[in-house]
Amino acid sequence: MESDKIEKIIEKYFEATSTVAEEETLRNYFSKEGVATHLEQYATMFQYFSTAKEEKFTKQVPLETITSVTKKGFNFKWLSIAAAGLLMFGIYFGKMYKEQQDAEYAYQETKKAMNLLAQNFSRGTEKVAYLNQFEETKQKIYNGK
Amino acid sequence: MQQVEFLNVVMPFKDKLFRLAKRLLVSTEEAEDATQEILIKLWSKNSSFEKYKNVEAFAMTMTKNFCLDRLKSKQAGNLKLVHSNYQEKGSLLQNQIEAKDSVSWVERIMDELPEQQKMVLQLRDVEEYDYDEISEMLDMQPTAVRVALSRARKTVREKLVQKHNYGIG
Repeated sequence: MESDKIEKIIEKYFEATSTVAEEETLRNYFSKEGVATHLEQYATMFQYFSTAKEEKFTKQVPLETITSVTKKGFNFKWLSIAAAGLLMFGIYFGKMYKEQQDAEYAYQETKKAMNLLAQNFSRGTEKVAYLNQFEETKQKIYNGK
Repeated sequence: MQQVEFLNVVMPFKDKLFRLAKRLLVSTEEAEDATQEILIKLWSKNSSFEKYKNVEAFAMTMTKNFCLDRLKSKQAGNLKLVHSNYQEKGSLLQNQIEAKDSVSWVERIMDELPEQQKMVLQLRDVEEYDYDEISEMLDMQPTAVRVALSRARKTVREKLVQKHNYGIG
């Protein structure tokens, strides 16, 4: 009687029209002792499915890597990007500041040199004033004659 | 979502992901790596969990896509080759022992099935999902799922009978 029922379910099973509950019945039937001889050929199949279900994912690593890879790794990634950005800005602005300082220095030096020149030049003009004196005296002498 | 909460959601089906990955990739190490990767991907997506009404089905689809990509890539092709070499050149004694253990025949028969049939058979007969869930996970029409399943089951039966007769004779 029972094997009749099982046979019917098996037929449906191979046409893929059986329900989950019916397939459960099959698995239970084949996991027990005393399978009817003409049905024994199917036993290995269902036994295999039952054993395959036992396999577990035993690796424990993901739990730690989940936190480290996604959480800490995430922060480190952005931290490094920020650091690189900061460095680039630093170099850029540092260079600009240095250029400004250089220009300022050059300006001061030029100014100093110009002042020096101006000083000497004015001293030169003072001396030239004496020449006028000479000219005047010369005129006086000529006119006096 | 907190990590503990995430783990509570993921724990019940992580074994299923692993078994599907192993079914497709054959090697345990590969499957472990794949499962790990999937879990990490899920974790990084957890803010959008609310959008998916069924996280489990979503994870299964991810696993399927991930493994199929792996299989397509050259890297996995090499690994697969190494593995099948190993199987064929395995020691005689081991082969004999395995041959006696006819339950492992089913596993080898399933390895020979096309990927789609492999997945359908795995999801239905090992994980006991119903047809609607499977068609959602594999992105297939429900009728196509039934056809693939029926074909896969019949192939397994046929090959099992062949091997059985060969063993006796």
